[in-house]
Amino acid sequence: MSLDVTNLTATEIGRRVREREVSAEEVTQAYLNRIEALDGKLNAFIRPTPELAISLAREVDEKVGKGESLGPLAGVPVAIKDNISVPGVETSAGSRSLRGYRPIYESTVWERMRQQGLICLGKTNLDEFAMGSSTEHSAFGPTSNPWDLDRVPGGSSGGSAAAVAARLTPLALGSDTGGSVRQPASLCGVVGLKPTYGSVSRFGLIAFASSLDQIGPLARNVTDSALLFDAIRGRDQRDSTTVDYPAGPTAEKVETGIEGLRVGVPAELMGEGIHPETRDAIRRVVDRLSALGIQVGEVHLPHLEHSIATYYIVACAEASSNLARYDGIRYGHRTEAAEDLESLYTRTRGEGFAPEVKRRIILGTYVLSSGYYDAYYLKAQKLRTLMRRDFQEVHREYDVLLSPVSPTTAFRKGEKSEDPLEMYLADLCTLSANLAGVPALSVPCGFSAEGLPIGVQLMGRPFEEATILRMGRVLEQELDVPDRMPDLG
Amino acid sequence: MTRYQPVIGLETHVQLSTRSKLFCGCSTDYSGQEPNSFVCAVCLGLPGVLPVLNAEALKISVRTVLAVNGTVSEDSRFDRKQYFYPDLPKAYQISQFEHPIGLGGHIDVELDGAVRRIEITRLHMEEDAGKLVHVEDGGHSLVDYNRCSVPLLEIVTEPDIRSPEEARLYLQKLKSILEYLGASDCNMEEGSLRCDANVSLMPAGSSLYGSKAEIKNMNSFKAVSRAIQYEIERQAELLDRGEKVVQETRLWDDSSGRTSSMRSKEDAHDYRYFPEPDLPPVRVEAREIEQAWQDLPELPDARRQRLINDHGLSGYDAGVLTAQKAIADYFEAALQVQPNSKSLSNWIQSELLGYLNRDGLDIEDSPVSPGSLGELIQLIDSGKISGKIAKEVFAGMYQTRRPPAEIVREKGLEQISDESALEAVVASVLEAHPEQIESYRGGKTKVIGFLVGQVMKETRGQANPGLVNQLLKKKLGSGGA
Ligand SMILES: [Zn+2]
Repeated sequence: MSLDVTNLTATEIGRRVREREVSAEEVTQAYLNRIEALDGKLNAFIRPTPELAISLAREVDEKVGKGESLGPLAGVPVAIKDNISVPGVETSAGSRSLRGYRPIYESTVWERMRQQGLICLGKTNLDEFAMGSSTEHSAFGPTSNPWDLDRVPGGSSGGSAAAVAARLTPLALGSDTGGSVRQPASLCGVVGLKPTYGSVSRFGLIAFASSLDQIGPLARNVTDSALLFDAIRGRDQRDSTTVDYPAGPTAEKVETGIEGLRVGVPAELMGEGIHPETRDAIRRVVDRLSALGIQVGEVHLPHLEHSIATYYIVACAEASSNLARYDGIRYGHRTEAAEDLESLYTRTRGEGFAPEVKRRIILGTYVLSSGYYDAYYLKAQKLRTLMRRDFQEVHREYDVLLSPVSPTTAFRKGEKSEDPLEMYLADLCTLSANLAGVPALSVPCGFSAEGLPIGVQLMGRPFEEATILRMGRVLEQELDVPDRMPDLG
Repeated sequence: MTRYQPVIGLETHVQLSTRSKLFCGCSTDYSGQEPNSFVCAVCLGLPGVLPVLNAEALKISVRTVLAVNGTVSEDSRFDRKQYFYPDLPKAYQISQFEHPIGLGGHIDVELDGAVRRIEITRLHMEEDAGKLVHVEDGGHSLVDYNRCSVPLLEIVTEPDIRSPEEARLYLQKLKSILEYLGASDCNMEEGSLRCDANVSLMPAGSSLYGSKAEIKNMNSFKAVSRAIQYEIERQAELLDRGEKVVQETRLWDDSSGRTSSMRSKEDAHDYRYFPEPDLPPVRVEAREIEQAWQDLPELPDARRQRLINDHGLSGYDAGVLTAQKAIADYFEAALQVQPNSKSLSNWIQSELLGYLNRDGLDIEDSPVSPGSLGELIQLIDSGKISGKIAKEVFAGMYQTRRPPAEIVREKGLEQISDESALEAVVASVLEAHPEQIESYRGGKTKVIGFLVGQVMKETRGQANPGLVNQLLKKKLGSGGA
């Protein structure tokens, strides 16, 4: 093939498919070939879905042939995190407990993408039930970071981020409960968006923490992210927590510049615990924005110091409840060694879940238990309200809050997996956006001395994804991030 | 039982008559259907599904809260009640714990002529669970999720009930209100109305409640009063022996007529309630509540009062007629045809309900329509047939579903009110009874009753007795004086 479509952006692939320069099937086949050739090194995919992909691509080509009008992403491949339901395709959430489970219904995000002609390439790896920051905690083995195969890609959407970075797909979906889209995007050098809570339907997303989970796009650039976000967002009558999203495509606003925007840098996210190299990279972003005439000021989020504790109480409480259904009665793993109902439950669940998931179930069960509820869960909810107010307060004056995404660049496999607390610190900068429900974007802003990507986080007001995407787009153009590609041999 | 005062509170689960389940689109019409044929991804709690509140269930709940004089919460909320059981596919039941849809309220019952007010604590919406079917060989159980997520309204009383009879009356009144609202079909045997009772005893004259037992598995009104009666006696015996009543859940067994321990307080679940994050708070605007209030139908107490005031019925009769909405509807429809309320009330209570009970029919399925019953009373009131003949006609109407006039005509049962037609019979009766004529003329005027009877007998009951009386008196001269 004279043209390597795997080097193209999603926007460009969509245009070429519509203009019949390339068929959707050729595009799809090129990506499937690349997955076949390279994913052995990465383990980004739990299972590619070549048959589904080709049949979807042919449908798009048929529509092109008939001259039907098609959306901007028709014929563009997408990889889907394995906690998002695609009917008939095994959806295991990286857990032994769901091995062999095939959804009989369609998630809203997949339904919307399918209707707009996106091509599902396969299901990507994740930390079991999206609980983790390294994609090491998967029943299907760890995923490697394309920039350094000994390092983690971040998590929990590490498979999706690694696949986009390695150009095994132009687009991917992840889910973000405490940073699970943004942190791997940052560690893999791609763009990741955690939308406002309630803007993307969770129907069909295997729940981790219902009040924090949001599905978000991963892509190589901001424009592609905006297009995928537009494809999946909006009220869904099957998810009562979704709301009507402000009208008009976000993608069209991406190029409108950032004149007059005010940027706040939370001091709490630039202090100790942030690697100096990362801090320097963020300072260079601030300098560049100032040079562009953007007003940048230091701000404070006073309750942020409690965000890790608050997050783990809320998220684990909800997770302990959401994961209770995996009992071996109706689907998924069931123990061979049941003697009675009690042992059917305990053994099935004991065998189905790995230690990190068990840890969080136990923690969540504890904080909801009679006698402890007020001291933990209720107090965490109150702190959450205070954090939301902190954001509202700061956002009165500042349109965008800017911070690191991850305290460090990609760490080595095994480095933190033995120490859960160390691992939880990896989410320090990202958790608060989930707790407050605000949109947050991770955009590449440079490389470390070791050649590992660094990301910057932009947090906006609720439903103002367009604002942070606009700023992300300007940073893409202004930061002179070297145009490198991971070398996969 | 004068040594102890029973203290009883009831928790009633009502299956609401909605077309679809509480959080999904599945039909609720699963009765008698194949197991697991009325289910979907949502009510099966498959990974990734989300609940969506059924607006109809909310509407019915709001109406019910208002109908029992409760306060509708403008902001209520759902919570998760968590426990493991195979009939509960999410391992939690979506229920309302901290902020229920309804608070307060009361239901009045009448016992021995006095009104007793039973206070209601709360009303909350929740989803039903599936059903376990235990297989005979004992090796395994099967589970049917058809009932899973059917909407329930739980109605909890204060411990205000003092006797099994009061408990029964409360349930009857509640059922009656729910039927008037069309909120539920209230069939206890089929489980659309389920009731648990908290029973404790306090020493007479005391105001300190004793330890309570929660009684479950009562499947009829009769079972509720029997189980409570049994439990009162069981606890009284314990206390008499100086033993303590253990706080526990007990299961009623209808065939043995006993309760037995199911689980103690120590084994009680910690349900780890917390707010359901998948459902936003339930908001009911003040104007919606006002509208629901306006739209409430006439309820049993009001209807009973109206029947007393407007139609001169006794309190007892009006109570019987209004206990079931369908009976009251029947009564008022018949009244349109023949406005003789007392006669209609008697006919419905003695004849119609008797026949229907005998055949196990609901009044909705009565072979005698309200119009026909009205016509029958019309025939009596206009003297076309006698009350005695009317019973025969009614039997024919019930059997053939035909209007009374047709049956009267066909069987020739019409009352003979034609003077000339009766004169001959009167003459022949007088001729046959000279002694009685003698007596009459001798002053024993009561003997005329015997003579009327003879005429009636000759005419197979069809003669108009008033007319016969008149004719006899005329023939006999103006009395024996
Ligand atoms: Zn259903």
